[in-house]
Amino acid sequence: MSSIEFRKDLFADERVEGLKEIGKPTIRQDILGHVTGRTPYYDDHLFDGLLHMRCVRSPHHHARIRSVDTSAAERMAGVRRIVRPSDVPHNLNTLLSLINFGRDDEPLLQPKKASYRGEPILAVIADTEHQARAAAAAVRVDWEVLPHVLDVEEALQPNAPTVNEVFPDNTFEYGPYDHQKLRFGDVETAFAASYRIVEGRYQMSPIEQAPIETCGAIAAPETNDRYVCHTSTQALFFSLGTTAKLLGIDSSRLHFIGGTVGGGFGGKVDSIVEPMAVLGAVLTGRPVKFMWDREEEMQVGAPRGAERWYIKDGVAQDGRILARQFTGFFDSGAYTRLSSYAIVKGVGHLPGPYSIPNVSANVYCVFTNRTPATAMRGFGITGVDFAIECHMDKVAEAVGIDPIELRILNAYRDGDMKAHRRLAKNTALIECCQVAAAKARWPIGAGSSSASSLAGGGERALIPETVTDTEGRVGERRQGRTATAPPRKGTGRVAAGTAGKAVVAAPPQRPDMVGDPERFGRKMGGPVPSQPAPAPMIAQPQPRPGGPSLPAAFTPPTGFAPAQPQPPSAPQPPTAPQSAPDAGPYQPDQPFQRGVIRPGASRFVSGIRRR
Amino acid sequence: MAKTPVRFTLNGSEIAVFVDGGANLLDVLRRGVGDLSPKIGCMQGTCGSCTVLIDGAPHLSCLTLAEAIEGRAVATAGGLAQGPNLHPLQRAFIEGFAAQCGYCTSGMLLAAKALLDTNASPSRDQVIEAISGNLCRCTGYEPIIDAVLTAAAGMRKEAV
Repeated sequence: MSSIEFRKDLFADERVEGLKEIGKPTIRQDILGHVTGRTPYYDDHLFDGLLHMRCVRSPHHHARIRSVDTSAAERMAGVRRIVRPSDVPHNLNTLLSLINFGRDDEPLLQPKKASYRGEPILAVIADTEHQARAAAAAVRVDWEVLPHVLDVEEALQPNAPTVNEVFPDNTFEYGPYDHQKLRFGDVETAFAASYRIVEGRYQMSPIEQAPIETCGAIAAPETNDRYVCHTSTQALFFSLGTTAKLLGIDSSRLHFIGGTVGGGFGGKVDSIVEPMAVLGAVLTGRPVKFMWDREEEMQVGAPRGAERWYIKDGVAQDGRILARQFTGFFDSGAYTRLSSYAIVKGVGHLPGPYSIPNVSANVYCVFTNRTPATAMRGFGITGVDFAIECHMDKVAEAVGIDPIELRILNAYRDGDMKAHRRLAKNTALIECCQVAAAKARWPIGAGSSSASSLAGGGERALIPETVTDTEGRVGERRQGRTATAPPRKGTGRVAAGTAGKAVVAAPPQRPDMVGDPERFGRKMGGPVPSQPAPAPMIAQPQPRPGGPSLPAAFTPPTGFAPAQPQPPSAPQPPTAPQSAPDAGPYQPDQPFQRGVIRPGASRFVSGIRRR
Repeated sequence: MAKTPVRFTLNGSEIAVFVDGGANLLDVLRRGVGDLSPKIGCMQGTCGSCTVLIDGAPHLSCLTLAEAIEGRAVATAGGLAQGPNLHPLQRAFIEGFAAQCGYCTSGMLLAAKALLDTNASPSRDQVIEAISGNLCRCTGYEPIIDAVLTAAAGMRKEAV
């Protein structure tokens, strides 16, 4: 019944045959409940005396709260409790604090300044949903409306309003920089040697996950001084840890039941509804349901963040892409949630599934007065892939090459070095292109038809000599010293390599899959490993036969001050490799290992509290 | 709040409940009667996850006034199976991977049942039309349409 086609002729020698389950259709283990209506979603748990919670939300994109008058709401029928920001014991959180990444920047209930339309500032608990809704509507708020910013590049202007006081520059901070960097090779030199420069601007929309079951949770006091919480969450332990942190409750007193999700697609990881429901149960001693209605799901449910990408390619006459430069702006909305991580993931994915010897990226996680963005189906990847594949078509047109053949020509092959310094393995883009062309009856040349992911790689396994810079230090842009547009040629570039002795930014991957800190990147200009220095690979896909030698267009490193490029006729003598930039906030020795205590780590990291 | 007594049959069983003035059938079924198979998706008549059959015709229970079902016959997905024997639609949904999260499935099944009860050999377009009021975010609809057609073929075979 499945419409998936298995092409067993491809990579036959890499496939394990005789598997009993994988690669074969199988009946879902939970489907009997689905077709009989007996699958217990969070709202399918009945409690006597259930109370209902509704939020009072900001009608403005950006507004300071002057005063709140709840006197009318308190007197309304059925109202049990007004929940205020002061009722939240630890009213500041960021989702990834549970893995010690980022700064707490978002209150559960906003006490001072709403930064997006729909931000909750109060909640009302009443006997029926209708009563809670009426009482929430009766709360009077005196708003001081502030100027707002809804565009990512406008938010980076020096005079833009500050969206989120925790990040006054309107960007998340990656170590000392206000953007995530990727540097691999030297794009500027390669651009100069290119036959064509192809530039493009790509803008994605925010996309709501829109599950049919809206986000919600029911919490109730149990008989053993614990609270049970039935929740729609996709991330039960995120929700548990976040609730424990926000409410100052030991996680051992929280009994979370979830995993039966009525559609998630990433929109149910943010752990907003669970702390609210448990807080309601704590304050009233009664079962409390907090369920977003459809309008809330669409308005305040965190979407896939909109991304804006500028891509600039330098292309050789035969269609090989010699250099690719990205400037990305990721609309995080008013708070961080998971956008910071999406960018780390997305930058690791650049420049797409292609072997390009020179790649550079500056990607900004920008705060705007829009709904906070979060996970959705490949977030951080899908958006930039859309941009990359549109751009590939544009490149094909610019150099007059068939778009599928252009992809086959530039595709990763097994053994190629990727820009994030991992060797490409199990690549299959060439075969996918060949199958797609055959299915579409799209004629491709004999060379493209006979290409293989298994051949031709390996020659491109070396890490090129890499040019780094200090552009975009935190705070510089606010002082008007850094442009927000794609970096202009020559601004702030410092050569990291030295003649005759290449600087390797990070060692190539180990053969095993053990997590090591290098895999998390941002080791640009780090100490040179003791292994033999690979040959530089600049503006061409194969290493030079003459061994390591430097084009003369570099300025030697002069520390981290921005330097102007020297004219090519004035090569400088080599100097020592520059030192590593400051360590960022997230460079664990043993990433994601349970119970690792790092300096300054949250005590709510899963596993620690239970010891 | 004024309560009104309402009597109706639910999946063949007689039910009598007191309902609040203005209460909708979905809340009464779920919280009043305890049949949790109709789901809350939008409470505004757009998603179809609360679909029930009233006297055999599909209705959105979130937009149906509970007092209006006095004396009528209501069918939900919880009553589709006859004891341990699944309805052919349920079997086709299982075998055809026509559900992932399962949240829309109750409504889908009832919309499809209403079609097959009146049209034993629907065309693909008629199936699409019949489930057009039911949103599914997981499956992409194709497996659901296939499953309804498979069930229809199976039921025709059994009837011969």
